[in-house]
Amino acid sequence: MTTTDPRPGSAGGADEAGQLHGGPDDDYSPEQLAAMDRTELDRLGARLDGVEILHVEPAAPIGSALDKKNTRLVTLWFALAGLLSLAFVVVFLGSGWFLPSWEWRIESGTWQSLYTPLLGATMGGALIAIGIALVLYVKKLLPHETAVQDKHDGSHFDRVTTGATLMGGLDSSGLPRRKLLVGVLGMMSLAFGAMLVSLLGGFIKNPNKGNPLGTTPWAEGVRLLRDDGTPIRPGDQQPGSLATVFPAVEGGDRAYDAAVMLIRLRPEQIETLVPAAGREDFAFGDYVAYSKVCTHAGCPVSLYEQETSRILCPCHQSQFDVTQGARPVFGPATRSLPQLPIALDEEGYFVARGDFPEPIGPSFWNIGRLN
Amino acid sequence: MATSTVPGPGAPATLVGKAAYEVDDRLIVAGPVRRTLNKVFPDHWSFLLGEIALYSFIMLLLSGTYLTFFYDASMKEIVYEGSYSALRGIEMSAAYESTLDISFDVRGGLFIRQMHHWAALLFVASIVVHLLRIFFTGAYRRPRETNWFIGVALLVLAMLEGFAGYTLPDDLLSGTGLRIFSAVFLSIPVIGTWIYFTVFGGDFPGELIIGRLYILHVLIIPAVLLALIALHLLILVKQKHTQFPGAGRTEHNVVGNRLFPTFAAKATGLLFIVFGVLAALGGLVQINPIWQMGPYNPAQVSAGSQPDWYIGFVDGGSRIFPPWEIDLWGYHIPPVLWGALGIPGIMFTLLMLYPIIERKLTGDTASHHLLQRPRDVPVRTSLGAMAITAYLVLFISGGNDVIAERFDISLNAMTWAGRIGFLVLPPIAYWATYRLCLGLEQHDREVLEHGIETGVIRRLPSGEFIEVHQPLGPVDEHGHGMLAYGGASVPKKMNQVGGARRAIRGFFKPIEEPAAVQLEAEQEARGLESEQSHRQLTGSGRPSEGGRPSEGGRPSEGGKPQQEPRA
Repeated sequence: MTTTDPRPGSAGGADEAGQLHGGPDDDYSPEQLAAMDRTELDRLGARLDGVEILHVEPAAPIGSALDKKNTRLVTLWFALAGLLSLAFVVVFLGSGWFLPSWEWRIESGTWQSLYTPLLGATMGGALIAIGIALVLYVKKLLPHETAVQDKHDGSHFDRVTTGATLMGGLDSSGLPRRKLLVGVLGMMSLAFGAMLVSLLGGFIKNPNKGNPLGTTPWAEGVRLLRDDGTPIRPGDQQPGSLATVFPAVEGGDRAYDAAVMLIRLRPEQIETLVPAAGREDFAFGDYVAYSKVCTHAGCPVSLYEQETSRILCPCHQSQFDVTQGARPVFGPATRSLPQLPIALDEEGYFVARGDFPEPIGPSFWNIGRLN
Repeated sequence: MATSTVPGPGAPATLVGKAAYEVDDRLIVAGPVRRTLNKVFPDHWSFLLGEIALYSFIMLLLSGTYLTFFYDASMKEIVYEGSYSALRGIEMSAAYESTLDISFDVRGGLFIRQMHHWAALLFVASIVVHLLRIFFTGAYRRPRETNWFIGVALLVLAMLEGFAGYTLPDDLLSGTGLRIFSAVFLSIPVIGTWIYFTVFGGDFPGELIIGRLYILHVLIIPAVLLALIALHLLILVKQKHTQFPGAGRTEHNVVGNRLFPTFAAKATGLLFIVFGVLAALGGLVQINPIWQMGPYNPAQVSAGSQPDWYIGFVDGGSRIFPPWEIDLWGYHIPPVLWGALGIPGIMFTLLMLYPIIERKLTGDTASHHLLQRPRDVPVRTSLGAMAITAYLVLFISGGNDVIAERFDISLNAMTWAGRIGFLVLPPIAYWATYRLCLGLEQHDREVLEHGIETGVIRRLPSGEFIEVHQPLGPVDEHGHGMLAYGGASVPKKMNQVGGARRAIRGFFKPIEEPAAVQLEAEQEARGLESEQSHRQLTGSGRPSEGGRPSEGGRPSEGGKPQQEPRA
């Protein structure tokens, strides 16, 4: 027993010279390898890996004018990368120290506006310069080598031997013979899987409990408020104008389903007004109120063109005619914007006469079956 | 230490060598490392597209990790009192506030945030372009179908990851996108409302969705992406690269550069360039200025709201799909389902299954390692052109309001153009591409048969004018070329076969003296002659590339110009 590894070059560790790996170590003795130069060793190893070096086009000879020119070029790019990196550090850390503060404010000056662009230009420039230097290095300073490597299909030997090992293991487990065990194992796997999947049940919420999709914060007697919280009287709005209003309930201005457009029609619009069947009394005078949530994909319909009486949704360009019960007249929407029935309370402010008669917003499977 | 080293032949003499022996004594890595260094990579610019995607992903991981240290994925309502005075006193979510802080109060935060966004755009874009390269060259054929499936899965995941990412700032734009997404959930038949309530933990928007999207965005989807990318690369290394046909290239080899040093240096160079471009974009080109539109408010929206580019086609599909709502006794199937889920669903399903479909249609079940030129497979190329056309119609329709506004076109006309274009343009694209492929194929055969047009006009004794053609290889008794088409590009200009000096540089006007080019060509010719024996041995590539094989190699092995056209 020795305490050093007798193999050449080894710094010790093994107690005994083990059997060498075989393969190339058997074919090439250390003496043979020592007699080869570096290129030969490189080619030998490559050949072992199925790689043949077909052709090497050497780079320009070291010291030649071309080589010096190329070296200068690559060096310059690396130097540029270094300078730009340094510039980045100076801009990044120097701002607010010996340079003006970097913190951009609306009233700030030029340096603050240039800070982020300068960071991008210097870091981007440095990274690109390194990239260019590397590509130039390959193109101009490295020999151009053409190698070819063999491509092997799967080995029949490997398939057969691996198959034998696998099937042998299966066979010795006896599973193919133990039918009951396999059957129970199968059932157990299903139950086990179901146990894991059932954990996802914590995510599930019932969309039909309390009819959240069919109701909104609007109810009888709820006032219509502007976004600054003030109520509205008839006459507050110019004919032809549109105001976004919210229910006077807690969080009404943040609820996704509550926003309503209160539109005061112009006299010529009233002449062409065709209310939806059964909703002739939903309007109040020349005022109509429709849900602001598009019935296509739920965006707020916002763009009102009073000349054509159309409301346009900016997301998918559905268009609704406010004189026709907000019926969709173009685009992908299929349902009219639900109309909110409105009236005045005793103080003369607009209130809702109840919730929307139908669900607002995008359609869903049981939209026609709620309630 | 030195005394314990056993002297002998091949023993390392240098410090580095000794250290390497110490390492290999313990880890036994010399063999695998040598095999890796010796691995041969084929050389073609289009093989770098996938690398761009990989490097963008690395950039996403790095910049994204940076952002997580400052971002707060909470929907708690707070009143903004930060540095951006235009929004002070406004109620917003903590998520939006922290994104504003990253933009205004973190040194370099805006730079990193914008770099992250640009990297996401480039990530998806490079995946798409890489996929098109794979598609049009037939690189997905057996044995590489698995990597095709993984690639398509990566594309879908990358899009979902991107969507989750741009929802996190919780500004008006991202909230609007989320609202549309919720409508898409709702549109699913039977279980739509259940999915919607499950995803949002109640009615929209709830107080959970940003936190949920955050964990999806920074942990779950990236982990799956990382695992799939690792698998993608592992399979790639195992199966080795495909290559374009060319001299010396067969189904059983790979011709190119070894990993070390050439390919490694080039790939690292590309990594730096991709990083550099992203850093430059992140600093110089503003993207998603979240402070402009303010916090999400379900009652507000901005005209011209646009999603990130890769969601654009989904938006376009929703815009142009006709208002057809199916009503089955009160049960509804809204059109959003078809526009936003149906079209992309069909698209990705066809994309995923394409290798199987093609195998069934062509009956080609063989292994392929040589790529095809798109012109040589007209049906596939035309199908691809058809799919791209349909996609582009949807993509353009996704911004039809912006186009209508900028070019003063009726919005409704744009919608109708999208509807009609989606049905009419793809077949036209199929037909045109098919004709183009046949024409290109025919021209390749023509050059092989009759030779390259030299531009030299000769007048025959009969008075007839003919153009002299340079054959590419041996000719039969009628003067027709005997070379068969080998699937590689056919040289069509005299300077591609070394028969004329190279083209003078310059795009609109020449930037060099013709005389200097002539001189250079003569010097090169002398150099070539001295190296001629070498060239004969390798027998590959264009002479202009110093005998290295390239995509533009000669049409078949051993096919060489027999006669140089010398005056």
